[in-house]
Amino acid sequence: MTQERNRSELTSYDIERYSRQMLIDGWGERGQRKLKNAEVFISGAGGLGSPVAIYLAVAGVGKIRICDFDVPDLSNLNRQILHHDVRIGVNKALSAKKTLEILNPAISIREIPEKIVAGNVDDLVGASQIIVDCMDNFETRLILNKCAIRKKIPLVYASIWGISGYLSFIRVPETPCLACIFPEPPPREKFPVVGAAPGVIGCLEALEVLKYITGVGVNLKNKLLVWDGAAMDFRKISIRPNKECSVCGALRVK
Amino acid sequence: MSIKVRIPTPLQKLTANAAEVEIEGKTVQELIENLEKKFPGIKERITDEQGKPRRFVNIYVNEEDIRFLHLDKTPLKDGDEVSIIPAIAGG
Repeated sequence: MTQERNRSELTSYDIERYSRQMLIDGWGERGQRKLKNAEVFISGAGGLGSPVAIYLAVAGVGKIRICDFDVPDLSNLNRQILHHDVRIGVNKALSAKKTLEILNPAISIREIPEKIVAGNVDDLVGASQIIVDCMDNFETRLILNKCAIRKKIPLVYASIWGISGYLSFIRVPETPCLACIFPEPPPREKFPVVGAAPGVIGCLEALEVLKYITGVGVNLKNKLLVWDGAAMDFRKISIRPNKECSVCGALRVK
Repeated sequence: MSIKVRIPTPLQKLTANAAEVEIEGKTVQELIENLEKKFPGIKERITDEQGKPRRFVNIYVNEEDIRFLHLDKTPLKDGDEVSIIPAIAGG
């Protein structure tokens, strides 16, 4: 067998394993083959990273890079469903890999136990075709935002607080960048959260990635989804590029 | 003149958990002052020491960001809807 890794075909195992999703309009074997040959960078294996990684893995994304320098502690386990009690103290990226390999042994998971900083982000993201923001702080989100712009790849942005959350599909210059929407990070705090909240928003992030790779549906561009779980209200707010944006303004035609 | 203001989840403990409140105000700035009178402590979450909206807080009048209107001088009229959308960082 040749090592044509960029053009892996579906096996009979794949066709059975993914048969139900291939029934989705526009998905089919073609969409599934795209997923098999896709590479995705998941930044963080926490509350958002858990549902994102799980749903991308079971959907058959061929290569997943999951990056987290931290280790789970007991207070993480109400939401970080990649991990469990026995994994306390094990690096989160490694723990994620162990869980994901059980959920789908047919894909390749690369665990990256590093802290994302401006100096290493381009290497960590590597040849991934999309970045999924699953961070727990805004400073690193802004680093990922710049990386996505440099590499000309999309960034699926999300964050949560309590039982609320935001989501947007960012792809400059078609859409504003993250710094157009929020030029500065909010103050650091210990945020309240129940697992179902990053569950909701993380699943939506995973869907945005699957839609992007397969070409099914329309991505959430130029809109910020604002979800208020207390009122169970989903609203989409129009967002637009800021021509004065210090990150992407110079790339835009004035 | 009454304006409907949507309060984001992180600030709802200052409004007795209300997600929407009705406030008077001819401009965004005046609206924020009146919000503070009714819900003490909310202003400093929205504006900086100079009274200008913080850069990690977006304020929308109806469907438009006030950064693309007249910032906190943006005029308001009866029936307008103001949304406060702060950056949140959790994940």
